[in-house]
Amino acid sequence: MAAIPDTNLDRFEDTRTPLRRAFDSIPPSLLTLIALLVFWETMVQWRNIPEYILPAPSAIVEVMISYWHRLWPNALVTLGEIVFGFFCAVCIGVPLAVAIVYSHFMQRAIYPLIVMSQTIPKVAIAPLLLTWFGYGVTPKIVIVVLLSFFPIVINSVMGLKATTPEMLHLAKSMGANGWQTFWKFRLPKALPSIFAGLKLATVLSVIGAIVAEFIGADKGLGYLILIAGANFDIARQFASIILISIMGMVFFAVLSRVERIVVPWRQGSDLAGEG
Amino acid sequence: MTATPGLAATLPDTGPTVTETATPPRPAHISMSGVTKVFNGRKGKVEALRSVDLDIRRGEFVSVLGPSGCGKSTLLMLLSGLLSRTEGNISVGGKDITKPNSDLGIVFQQDVLLDWRSALDNILIQAELRKSPMEEAKAKARNLLRMVSLQDFEDAYPHELSGGMRQRVSICRALLHEPDLMLMDEPFGALDAMTRDQLQIDLLRLCSERDMTVFFITHSISEAIFLSDRVVVMTPRPGRIERIIDIDLPRPRRLAMREDPKFTGYVHELTDIFKNLGVFREEY
Ligand SMILES: Nc1ncnc2c1ncn2[C@@H]1O[C@H](COP(=O)(O)OP(=O)(O)OP(=O)(O)O)[C@@H](O)[C@H]1O
Ligand SMILES: [Mg+2]
Repeated sequence: MAAIPDTNLDRFEDTRTPLRRAFDSIPPSLLTLIALLVFWETMVQWRNIPEYILPAPSAIVEVMISYWHRLWPNALVTLGEIVFGFFCAVCIGVPLAVAIVYSHFMQRAIYPLIVMSQTIPKVAIAPLLLTWFGYGVTPKIVIVVLLSFFPIVINSVMGLKATTPEMLHLAKSMGANGWQTFWKFRLPKALPSIFAGLKLATVLSVIGAIVAEFIGADKGLGYLILIAGANFDIARQFASIILISIMGMVFFAVLSRVERIVVPWRQGSDLAGEG
Repeated sequence: MTATPGLAATLPDTGPTVTETATPPRPAHISMSGVTKVFNGRKGKVEALRSVDLDIRRGEFVSVLGPSGCGKSTLLMLLSGLLSRTEGNISVGGKDITKPNSDLGIVFQQDVLLDWRSALDNILIQAELRKSPMEEAKAKARNLLRMVSLQDFEDAYPHELSGGMRQRVSICRALLHEPDLMLMDEPFGALDAMTRDQLQIDLLRLCSERDMTVFFITHSISEAIFLSDRVVVMTPRPGRIERIIDIDLPRPRRLAMREDPKFTGYVHELTDIFKNLGVFREEY
């Protein structure tokens, strides 16, 4: 087999047709998704699967539109729980991580407990929280905080500990005080790791809100899923699931965006893998 | 002045008299005596330095030469106050070193650039931490980048720079605040031969302009001779000073001097010391 001339790699003039170019600009994952939906639609139509077993994507979209007046207000309730819970988790988690890294006592008295408590299935204590906090939004927010708090703390601690002795030597040799060492060395060094924790936490906060609503609620998307299930209304269940998924994805995307702005130096290395 | 010799001869010999040297010896900038460092490693105690005595005059360029692991970096860390000594005395500029000294510039063995700062900002952190005026610092930093031929890379992040470029940025950072003492731990080790030659010249020029005292660690015999007023030869296990050799070559130094018989004489002398110490073994 003849070697491929490496000049091919250098020649990047665009010889594609406009249609082809438009097609190439679509992310491959989106194409896969569209293919799956088309497959789903045709299977349902072709095999005549009844709607109470598996509705076609088109039927789900129809339900989403007709049911929107109920979906949207409930979605806002869930979104509120997610965002507020996540915000609380960040406000508790990051300062706690700082305390753990800076205080020998916290490091040895608190951190091991936090790590160990990771093994407790937080969802299992949800009914307990219901007993304590009632049916309102409070127990939902508490569960969101409990779930999303751990990755934030653990990743922040890891990030803040990533400062090398060499960096601290450098800081000292330039006369940096403790405050400067934190703001100009430790924290920026920790940011990529903190953001990894935050992104994990977005996923967990969505799970937390839905599970909390399953256990006892009178509003929210989790509640809608539950009553739709009780009425064997699969299409409405799907409509709620799709909406909560979209909310989760948007939340994650927003955070990734913020990460790009706050941690710009990582862009180069992140993009390295993408052709 | 004709009376002076006669006067000196008639004076009773009390205390130090006028010596024959043309320039009076400058005061010691760094003075170390009996410096010992013992690390408590995982496999017991490691004696990294034993009883090191060394005085460095103000404005003097002293190189430390020795095989890997002989305690060169440890000595530098003790001088900067970043490590505490086990025994002995160290004073810099007349002050006893008991805590990290920030009145100097250090080029560490690793470049220690901050990933999140561009090349220029990595240099400017020196000014930020010292709360110096930023506009002035920026102009100085750009000048330094030009000196190390990195003027086109001021916006580059460290991961976009080669190892040699990164080390050059870290040298600029150490020079920004114009310290009168530079500690350099194999600063040119990662550089290609040509950049290395150029930076040696640049460093010597800076030294003469700013009257810097330089404590310079290197593995290279010819680099040590080319740059230094004195070369300190160290031996390992335990790390101690084996010999101190005065380099009597005129300044300003020129690259061509490396072919000078006097220069090659020093190279032979130092090579022989290391051969006798068993650092070099020629038979194979
Ligand atoms: N933190 C430490 N704990 C224990 N031992 C150490 C520590 N730092 C250095 N040492 C030991 O001290 C000795 C001297 O180390 P040092 O780093 O000063 O060597 P060096 O002369 O700079 O070597 P190189 O040329 O390879 O940089 C070595 O034997 C090393 O193992
Ligand atoms: Mg070393």
